[in-house]
Amino acid sequence: MQSQRVQKPPVVETTDAFLGPNQNYESVTAKIGNIVLTPLRRTPWGWPVGFVLAGIGLLVYLYSLVVLFSVGVGIWGINIPIAWGFDIINFVWWIGIGHAGTLISAILLLFRQDWRTSINRAAEAMTIFAVACAGIYPLIHTGRPWLDYWLLPYPGTLGMWPQFRSPLEWDVFAISTYATVSVLFWFIGLIPDLASLRDRATNIWVRRFYGLLSLGWRGGARDWNRYEMVSLILAGLSTPLVLSVHSIISFDFAVSQLPGWHVTVFPPYFVAGAVYCGFAMVINLLVPIRRWFGLHSLITMKHFDLMGQVMLASGLVVAYGYVSEMFYAWYSANIYEYFLIVNRTVGPYAWSYWALIAFNIVIPQLLWFKRFRTNLPLLFFISICINIGMWFERWVIVVLSLHRDFLPSSWDTYTPSVWDWATYIGSFGLFFFLFFLFIRLLPMISIFEVRDLLHKTGGHHGQDHGDHGHGSKA
Amino acid sequence: MFKRNTTPKATTAEQTFYGLMAEFDDPGKLMAAAEQTRDAGYTKIEAYTPIPVHGLDEAIGYKGTRLPWVIFIGGLAGASFMFLLQAWVNVVEYPMNIGGRPNFSWPAFIPVTFEGMVLIAAFSAVFGLIFACGLPRLYHPVFNAPRFERASTDLFFLCVEATDPKFEEKQTQAFLEGLGAQAVSRVDN
Repeated sequence: MQSQRVQKPPVVETTDAFLGPNQNYESVTAKIGNIVLTPLRRTPWGWPVGFVLAGIGLLVYLYSLVVLFSVGVGIWGINIPIAWGFDIINFVWWIGIGHAGTLISAILLLFRQDWRTSINRAAEAMTIFAVACAGIYPLIHTGRPWLDYWLLPYPGTLGMWPQFRSPLEWDVFAISTYATVSVLFWFIGLIPDLASLRDRATNIWVRRFYGLLSLGWRGGARDWNRYEMVSLILAGLSTPLVLSVHSIISFDFAVSQLPGWHVTVFPPYFVAGAVYCGFAMVINLLVPIRRWFGLHSLITMKHFDLMGQVMLASGLVVAYGYVSEMFYAWYSANIYEYFLIVNRTVGPYAWSYWALIAFNIVIPQLLWFKRFRTNLPLLFFISICINIGMWFERWVIVVLSLHRDFLPSSWDTYTPSVWDWATYIGSFGLFFFLFFLFIRLLPMISIFEVRDLLHKTGGHHGQDHGDHGHGSKA
Repeated sequence: MFKRNTTPKATTAEQTFYGLMAEFDDPGKLMAAAEQTRDAGYTKIEAYTPIPVHGLDEAIGYKGTRLPWVIFIGGLAGASFMFLLQAWVNVVEYPMNIGGRPNFSWPAFIPVTFEGMVLIAAFSAVFGLIFACGLPRLYHPVFNAPRFERASTDLFFLCVEATDPKFEEKQTQAFLEGLGAQAVSRVDN
């Protein structure tokens, strides 16, 4: 099995089920496991090309961080009054992307949605790597990142403690908890699959590697009982956690008194926006991967159809947020709030506001039609638009609120510097470098959950085929 | 775990004999066999499956896990610790007067308290699971069973351990074969 080249099967698109036809336990385990166990030289061409490009991006990132550490945040375009620029925009953008992974793995598990099975592992990996990219931004934004440990409460000779009434301090706990719990949940989900890889590996070192990672999992009935209980509880903990994380990030803005930030709709609106662009990113990742590795029978058109529906729904919540901001400006009768909307729609950065409306509200309306949701090139394009649109949303919130506040004498404009761009593009390098490593080292689809889905959805049929083909020789 | 089907070097038969492993190709057959084995009075039995089979834990006589209590206590401890830490820091150790606002402003402590609850509960869940399953474990006798590497793909196993009071090699072997197992094999330590 392991020596077979990863083949491109004739593409049969399944539109009405979560698994393609004619599969059994053995075939799905081999299909997903062999992506990892295939020798490197037989891996599809997309992987080495992408890995090298991501590596170059990672070098750009490391270089821009070295320059930042040696020179300081003055290399960025930020200044007073726009003290939050690309660093905070990209921080919120990346962490928002991460939230879709938790939504898929935890919330859809609680709602017993079978369609999460084929996409949850990759989406959770996306979460962890996106949170890594996000978490670095506020740390380097502090200006003296080597003193970031001051953010933690610890008894020290300085006799100094953090200010627990500040949302920025809440961020420290929210993001570190989110990253930790995401990694734990991900690892627990991986254990049975690592055992499958251990049992399939022919190379002794590969078997030892996965054997150690799987901790010696045997799949005993008592272990499965505990395992399912813990998975359910972790999902139950992750669900409020993911909502709390983006709510706390929205408090970074909403607790201040700046027009455009001091809005009560921010927590739900931020969470919906996070889900919106996170699902878009899942689609952007899965469309090429599915093609390279021939996963058409595991990630079906029905998955894309449903992801498109989730994007449409969360996009409408985001649109409601924009409308409510307009409404506040009028209903509050506050001249600063009113001016904010005028400045957004016809001010010097009006182009970015209208780009936001076009990318986030207008183009995604195509998702109302199933014909478009199941047209992969178009869906990929819409997802790219949503990612750009959500980036513009954070740009509009951060820059447009800061650059013209109460006193016209303090107004200014913001232009990102080349280092802002290098850090942003470089963070893609970090993200994709980790993601490409992940798809070669760990099973990117949850194998045991696919087997379980096969069992639940008439897997006996497929299982019989498998036994005639492989087993029953005992 | 890494070497399979090797001959163990223990001395007496008692020490080397782990149990009998019956092999099935279908979760339904395994479930029926597990129930009959339990009903026949065997107590030291365990089933090994590539997917979680619902009801199998009861079929082998497992009452269920107490891990939820461990996680509950962990969450409670995390929440209490973080709340008390914040209250102590902002009231006793390092009070900060900002616009005359009260030092014990407990609503502002709720987000970090919540995060502490989730963090410690998640750690309790994960390490509780690993500990309760007896992991990490580098060696286990069941890996000596023939074809056991397919227990993580498409075969379903039922093991009656030699330490079971009712265990009698020939008799138990015949019993397991009578349950429709496609193979029954001896597992050594």
